[in-house]
Amino acid sequence: MSAGAPLPHDAAHLHVTGAARYIDDIPVPANCLHLAFGLSQSAAGRITDMDLARVRQADGVVAVMTAADLPFANDVSPAAHDEPLLATGQVHYVGQPVFLVIARSHHAARRAARLGKITIAEETPILTLAEALAANSRFEDGPRIYTKGNAAAAIDKAAHKISGTLHLGGQEHFYLEGQAALVFPQENGDMHVHSSTQHPTEIQHKVADAIGRPMHAVRVESRRMGGGFGGKESQGNALAVACAVAANLTGRACKMRYDRDDDMIITGKRHDFEIQYTAGVAPDGRIAGLQFTHLVRCGWAMDLSLPVADRAMLHADNAYHLTDVEITSHRLKTNTQSATAYRGFGGPQGMIGIERVMDHIAANLGLDPLAVRRVNYYQQGAGQTTPYGQIVEDFILDEMTDTLTVSCDFAARKAQVEDWNRNHPTLKKGLALTPVKFGISFTLSHLNQAGALVHVYQDGSVHLNHGGTEMGQGLFQKVAQVAATCFGLPLQQIKITATDTGKVPNTSATAASSGSDLNGMAVKAACETIKTRIAEHLGAVHGAAADSVVFDGGRVIAGAHSLTFAEAAASAYQARISLSATGFYKTPKLAWDRIKGTGRPFFYFAYGVAATEVVIDTLTGENRILRADILHDAGQSLNPALDIGQIEGGYVQGAGWLTTEELVWDARGRLLTHAPSTYKIPACGDRPKVFNVALWDGQNREDTIFRSKAVGEPPFMLGISAYSALCQAVQACGPTFADLRAPATPEAVLAAVMRTQAGQG
Amino acid sequence: MAQVSMTVNGRAASAEIEGRTLLSTFLRETLHLTGTHVGCDTSQCGACVVHVNGEAVKSCTMLASEADGAEVATIEGQANADGSLNVIQQAFQDHHGLQCGFCTPGMVMSAAALLKENPKPSEAEVRAYLEGNICRCTGYHNIVKAIMAASGQDVSALAAE
Ligand code: FES
Ligand code: FES
Repeated sequence: MSAGAPLPHDAAHLHVTGAARYIDDIPVPANCLHLAFGLSQSAAGRITDMDLARVRQADGVVAVMTAADLPFANDVSPAAHDEPLLATGQVHYVGQPVFLVIARSHHAARRAARLGKITIAEETPILTLAEALAANSRFEDGPRIYTKGNAAAAIDKAAHKISGTLHLGGQEHFYLEGQAALVFPQENGDMHVHSSTQHPTEIQHKVADAIGRPMHAVRVESRRMGGGFGGKESQGNALAVACAVAANLTGRACKMRYDRDDDMIITGKRHDFEIQYTAGVAPDGRIAGLQFTHLVRCGWAMDLSLPVADRAMLHADNAYHLTDVEITSHRLKTNTQSATAYRGFGGPQGMIGIERVMDHIAANLGLDPLAVRRVNYYQQGAGQTTPYGQIVEDFILDEMTDTLTVSCDFAARKAQVEDWNRNHPTLKKGLALTPVKFGISFTLSHLNQAGALVHVYQDGSVHLNHGGTEMGQGLFQKVAQVAATCFGLPLQQIKITATDTGKVPNTSATAASSGSDLNGMAVKAACETIKTRIAEHLGAVHGAAADSVVFDGGRVIAGAHSLTFAEAAASAYQARISLSATGFYKTPKLAWDRIKGTGRPFFYFAYGVAATEVVIDTLTGENRILRADILHDAGQSLNPALDIGQIEGGYVQGAGWLTTEELVWDARGRLLTHAPSTYKIPACGDRPKVFNVALWDGQNREDTIFRSKAVGEPPFMLGISAYSALCQAVQACGPTFADLRAPATPEAVLAAVMRTQAGQG
Repeated sequence: MAQVSMTVNGRAASAEIEGRTLLSTFLRETLHLTGTHVGCDTSQCGACVVHVNGEAVKSCTMLASEADGAEVATIEGQANADGSLNVIQQAFQDHHGLQCGFCTPGMVMSAAALLKENPKPSEAEVRAYLEGNICRCTGYHNIVKAIMAASGQDVSALAAE
């Protein structure tokens, strides 16, 4: 059986030989044109003049377009129609595309784009959360508020009251392949689009609107991305639309790829947050009442900010049962890049808020941080509900925490860390364990659907297609394993093909960790349809009941007859039986009202626990992760090797967000960290020296594809244990709570150490 | 315009190019060897690593004309003569040293250069050597493991697979 086998990534042999094709590797005709945007250098203001004469005259330039030259929709937003492809009169951030250069080479286009003279009557930009709040610059008419019980009253009555503020930075995706699109114009004005996108259907939709044609005139294909992480959910729209309007204008193939600096300056990132909290706490550390206020920096356009901010609210409880809670979320509009989807989609920001509260409680009450966490855990089987009213049915974190504390020798190591801290004045250590409970499903319920298309050919080979996209997570391989298992075939007989809106229409973005859950089920449904047809046919021919026909080991057994799968397919074909089927799946049990904040937004939860040990240098703030131990719940894993890869990569990326990855804008709203020289993603030497990752042995209680669980996003939040460990190391420096901002760069750690030593936590 | 000639993966290659053409551009656009990837354009990510006269270089940081007359090796020339994967490539596949694969060609080329210099590197030496190669997907663990395995060392102690 193929499902459950730890097989390598389907394209591994192509990657190690350099034969795997990304957008920029696709052969193009010699007259292919290349595009670049001219960008706004101001964060806010009105365009009073645009002198593009030198751009037009530059070497290799074929045409230059501004908003006035766009014949149809000038819009690349995923929802709110507030994001023009090219600025219309007003600019909203430094890096906003203002004009489009179409040239004979990538370099000619980029060089020419620098020659534009845009005159802007500058206005005072709104850059920070405080400025936006003061100016009431926001999306939606006021804050969203979710409540359960009476938080204020519970806090009042509690023995202890603890409050604080966490400043939480954003994050650049740094997918290694930058954004890219390539469009081939077809006869009759149709467009064939290749895009590095997580969302082919949205690209199709935006391109169709931009060329004034129905969606059927546009076909979008995506074989793979060189990383996505949410950054290619909506941010690829601009490139695909630009290529399509340029191809429409010139009749030639058009390609656009951002170079790294442009990519970082133009595209949105993870939302940065300020999280204010007030907790009422019982003497044993139990939270009696809790209030959170989320200030969310959304940037200049709405993009996906509302569901991101919602998901942050939906993860404000993480693994902890709250009886009286109030979460207030302000979605603030600023003159910065439009913040967008990023692995976890707000979940990590929501979750770190309450992890911070746990550490703060432990510090103030002199309790053990893990004990505080455990006393607040949901209780399995108690029918407890989340702040939004969903019953937590399968809470397995108690058992997982027990298992991990034993396997990583937590108690003994904790004692060693304390001992070390008593004896070493300069280097301080911290060891923290944090849990993850992450809700699986799109919170926009209608997105929880998927389609598939499966063909069986006369020779028994299988062509597989579905709406999910491959960004390195191994989705294609997992889904192929599903198909191989259904047909009882070796994996080599299944052909994985590029995502293609011409094959499976109306797809959702590959996001919310839902790729294998949704598409695996859709593919299974398609395979079952074909199997049933073959079984009925062979049953009739060989005098066996259709439901007794078995598909296994590359053979089909009907009564006393055993055929190869190829013979069975040929026989069905001869009998004029269709060997092609579509499959469809929609997630059951969902019911969610996002305005009231009540219902069941999630089909199930995925769980994990991580224990991280760190050391800090109290003289410089430098810090290292020494060891990480992880136990993660992927249900009955479809492919343990790929799942463990997601967990390792997710943890490192999550820890990166909270330690080395710092985004800095200057007072004029210019992003200063727009290249890997200044923006530090984890390098090979940064990851923990000791790194143990194990999968929890258990099935999904819900009926998912072979009882597996989604694994794309949840492990990202295991990285919070690194931040918590750093807080505890700082805590060892003095009497007051370690008020450490994130990312915990050396600068931030040093500042927190000095405050803690001075007793000013 | 300038004439450059070099040997790429054992084959003679020459062309008339603009003087400012980077080696990465020459490989990708003139020779259509697109396995050499460009991830940052500025000598920081390592996706573009190739060998020039046996040394690992970031091809986005070298002019094609600087490689005039040189022996250049790219990812496309790494497989064994019969087309099967070489030991490093095979190890990256077997030990899951890749996800999106965009960093992989550069990683394999850096690994090959390392193992030529130091056939049995320690884990710390592998990590130090790879400081110039960024991977955003894997968290590096399986990459390090693949390289250790390719050097013939036992990696069973290197925890998780
Ligand atoms: S492209 Fe050459 S180092 Fe990044
Ligand atoms: S596998 Fe994606 S960057 Fe390394």
